Order: sequence, then structure tokens, then C-alpha cells
Amino acid sequence: MKKIEVIIKPFKLDEVKDALNKIGVTGMSVSEVKGFGRQKGHKEIYRGAEYMVDFVPKIKIDMVVSCDMADPVISTILEHASTGKIGDGKIFVSSVEKAIRIRTGESGKEAV
Amino acid sequence: MKKGLLLFIGICMLISISAVSFAGSEPDPSGGGTGGAADVVGVTANAPSADDLQNMAATEPLAVKLADVIGHNRIAINMVWTLICGFLVMFMQAGFALAETGFTRAKNAGHTMGMNFMVYAIGMLGYWICGFAIQMGGVGGVATLGGATGLNGEFIINIFGKDFGLFGTKGFFLSGSTYDAVIFSVFLFQMVFMDTTATIPTGSMAERWTFKSFLVYAFFISMFVYPLHANWVWGGGWLAQLGKNFGLGHGMVDFAGSSVVHLTGGVAALAGAMVLGPRLGKFKKDGTPNAMPGHHIPMAITGVFILAFGWFGFNAGSTLAGGDLRIGVVAVNTMLASAAGAVSAMIYMWVFYEKPDISMIANGFLAGLVAITAPCAFVNSVSAVIIGLIAGILLCMSVFFVERKLKIDDPVGAISVHGVNGAWGVLALGLFADGTYGAGWNGVSDGVRGLFYGDFSQFGAQLTGVITNIVFVFTVMYVFFKVLDKIVPLRVSEEVEREGLDMAEVAVLAYPEFSISSSVYR
Repeated sequence: MKKIEVIIKPFKLDEVKDALNKIGVTGMSVSEVKGFGRQKGHKEIYRGAEYMVDFVPKIKIDMVVSCDMADPVISTILEHASTGKIGDGKIFVSSVEKAIRIRTGESGKEAV
Repeated sequence: MKKGLLLFIGICMLISISAVSFAGSEPDPSGGGTGGAADVVGVTANAPSADDLQNMAATEPLAVKLADVIGHNRIAINMVWTLICGFLVMFMQAGFALAETGFTRAKNAGHTMGMNFMVYAIGMLGYWICGFAIQMGGVGGVATLGGATGLNGEFIINIFGKDFGLFGTKGFFLSGSTYDAVIFSVFLFQMVFMDTTATIPTGSMAERWTFKSFLVYAFFISMFVYPLHANWVWGGGWLAQLGKNFGLGHGMVDFAGSSVVHLTGGVAALAGAMVLGPRLGKFKKDGTPNAMPGHHIPMAITGVFILAFGWFGFNAGSTLAGGDLRIGVVAVNTMLASAAGAVSAMIYMWVFYEKPDISMIANGFLAGLVAITAPCAFVNSVSAVIIGLIAGILLCMSVFFVERKLKIDDPVGAISVHGVNGAWGVLALGLFADGTYGAGWNGVSDGVRGLFYGDFSQFGAQLTGVITNIVFVFTVMYVFFKVLDKIVPLRVSEEVEREGLDMAEVAVLAYPEFSISSSVYR
């Protein structure tokens, strides 16, 4: 199994989620994060005091899928999450040792 | 040694101390005996005189009886007006609470709200115990409300033949001869004004003030500091008598309290913020300030609107008379100044700091309100707008001066909104008062007139009042905070400040669902 972590622009969440559902991804978790890559932050000013907002709001999607799903997921995300502008995000893929469904105790591919 | 002694005796002979008490009528706790035919005499252009009432009693008995009802109704209109306006000013406490909490950080929201809340309760009791008595104990009768003659004790010292009223001596615990329907109404109205002052320093001292020491402060300012200066301006004390005693205009005139309420609050806020020190992380090592954005701008702006709404009660209510039709002018001047303050602050921020910062614009709006509070009854609409425009600019300049030059951390701009513009409001009266209102104020005939309308001495009285307020309030409050700090530490520990004051100081988190804790997920 593979764990796929995706960082995308927040407004892309619905589009990416719907597209992933269509290709058969049945579960994911989403968190609100802040971050920067080469995009960097920007300068703000409050009551005359300048401050740098280094971290830009993003959405992180975590999902664990069977190995054969990894490539379809990646190409779906690339198709739907990209705007062509700086700050589109990143995809990370790693190996997962074990996955267990708590309700039934199933493990392995049946659990994802 | 001998010369010193002779000098001392000489001065003592010139100063005599007395507590003046003049004859008062019986107190009227039920209100049933207040307001009658006597309250009809001379109140309009064609009202009957006292002689008329006497002479016509035989030929027009019904009219004389009706005069009694009419007099009662006149007093009733005035009392209802005063009370309703007092209720509006009480609602300003919610405005202060929302504005301050919105402009400060979420982790301290419970504590900021808590201070603004308790200052009402404690201020109320402190004022009831002795604050009201010290302020209004010697004000004498309140003509528009047909009574209150139980407030007839003022402590006076006589220097070089002139009376200097210092504090009142009647009305402690609102008991005895002050258990009177009219006096109670006056208490309500004056108490909510006092509370406005008391709540101002909670803004400049937010996010690092221990709740315990705040409680001591709340008693102190409501019982002594506010009432003393208020007595001098509104209670018939020596600042009000500058006109009668020294020919300075109508004495110090402050219609609804730019100095009595706002300057006092702003100066106390300054003293407190100085003693307390800046929030952790506010200033970088080189002294430049870090931004600490407020956590809830919608809450803050709502609070500012509530303040503006309450201000109609604050200013227009200060006639203490619904039958005084100047209230329309007062209310309109108030709203015009607020708008002008917001606009000039917006332009200033846009020109000098790239963007129309809504928090500063909101401050400018309030600054306009503070500045018009003294002159609102005495100026025309053009003056009101000018006063507001200048207030907005003064506000912006002051915020940056306090933060960058004085290096004092004022999270919500309380010092600049209330202190600086309170002083400006009092002085503006001395410039712009146009003589169309205020005949007989503080015992001086003719309308109140400022420098631009021919009376230089009024400005002199105003200046005297401003200087007195700043010197008195700053000295007393600075010493008070320094001494208090030794007994009940003013500032929370570094740990508490970093985590947020809510749990440690007021036992509740303002936003428990936004922090991970198992008790929330049941």
C-alpha cells in the first residue's frame, strides 16, 4: 500500500475530492495547514506595523491506497489541482507497512 | 524658622475650610411628591411666573390645578429621558467589551471580556459606597428633574476670598436624605458615565493584567479618582466656578465629559500601560513594534457601532431634560463628528500607510465621538465636522507617537482615542462654542462662547481644566499603580502570558472548542 500526501490550494479541494471519488478512492483525511515552498510569503501591514506572512494557507489530503491505485491517483491530482501558477502544491508518496480497519479488524488491502 | 512659621500662619488665615450645607427639602423616595406647579414657572417663553400662579389662583382654580399636573409631566419627561439615555450609556459597556476583545487576541478573550464585565459590577458598588457622594454630594438642586436638593453638602476651602469646592459630603450609600427618586435617577445617569472612564484602561492594559489587581483598581477609580475631578467640573466644584471666581468664561465647561470621562480614562490608561510594560514580543530588540492583529474584526466593529449608538445617550442625555430641545442639535453634532473622524482617519491611513486599515478607522470614528463630547451642545454642524476631522488625524498621529516614540504598548489605542481626543474636545469647546446655548451655565449669564466667537477667557478655563485633569489623574494613578504593583502584582507571569490569560485568570477559555482537549469532545 502507498500513502499519498497532497498539499493543494484550498479552493481546489472540492474538485480534487470529486475527481478522486470518481476513480475509486474511497477514503481520505483532510487538514488545514500553512506552508511555503518557493512561493514564499508576503508583506502585510497592521496599524502601521509591517509583518511578514511567511506561511500561506493550504489544504493537506492524506490517503492510503493499494499500490496499483497510486499512479491513477497521482495523474488525477495533477490534472485537477494544477492552476499553472506558483503555489500549486506537492505530492509525496511513501510506503505503508500496515493498515487496519478498527471496526472489523481487517488488515491489508481490504482495509483501505 | 520663624519666617516660615509666620508665612504658614498667614496662609492659614487666608484659607478657611468649611463644609457648606444649604437647606434641602424632604427626600421623596416614592417620587410622588416631585414635580408640580412650581416646575411650570418660567420654563418656556410664555410660561406663568410665580406671581401669576398666586394671583390667578382665585379666578382660574382649574388652571392652577392643571399647572400642577403639567409641572409633574414636565419633570416626568425629563426624568424618562435621563433614565433612557442612562440605559443607552450602560449598553456602551457591551460596546467596549466587544471592541476591546475583538482588537486583542483569542487566547485572552475571556479575560478581556471579564475585565470589561466586572468593571461594571465593581464600579457600581464603589460608586454607590462613596463615589457618587464625593462627586455629586454638593451639586444642589437639579432643576430639570424638580428636586435632588438633598445633595446639599460640599466641602469647600476658601483661599484669598474665593470658594474652591473640592468634594461632596452627602449621598454615601444613597441613604438618608438621598433616598429620593430624583437623586436615584441622577445616580444611575452619573454611574454609567463613571463606568465608561473605568473601562478605558482595560484596553491599554489588556492581555497582561492580573484580574486581582484590576479589581483593586476598579474600586479605586470609581470611589475616588473619577468622582473628585467630576466634582470639580460637574458637582459645582472649583473648576466649574472659574467663571464666577475669576471671570474665565463660564468656568470650565464640559457638556458630556470629554475631560471628566474620556481624558481621565485616557490618562489613567497611560499611567497603567507605563507601569505594566509592553506585551511580550510587542517590541523587537531594536524597539520597532511587532504587529499583534486583533482576533475578531467583526466583533470589534460591532462593538464600535454599539458605542456610537450609546453615545446618543451619552451626549444628548446630558441635557438631563427631554424638554430641552437642543437635544436634536447635540445628537446631530455627535453623529457628524463621528463620521468626520472615521473619514479623516481613513484618508490618513491610506495616504501614509498604503491601506485603509479598518481598525484605525474605527478608532478614528471613536476619536471623533470623544472629541465632540464636550462641545456637542455649543457648536454648529460645520464646527462639529471640523472637530471630528481633526480628531481622526490626531488619533492616527497619536497611535504612532505612543507606540513608536514613547514605546508604550496600547493594544486598542485607548490612550489615543480617549486621552488625546478628550483633551482636544475640551479645548475645541474653548475655540468653537458659538454662544447659541448655555446661558446661565455655572452661574454666568449669556451663552457659552469660544475663542473664534469672541471669548478668549473660555479657552483659558478649558486649558486650566485640561492641565488640572492631566496632572491630577496621571500623578494619582501612576503612584497608585506603582504602589499596587508592590502589594498585588499587576502583571501575569510570563508562562501565563504566553499561554493566554483565560484559564489562569478567569477560569474559562473563551474558545474551548478551538483547542485540543478531551473535555470538549464528549
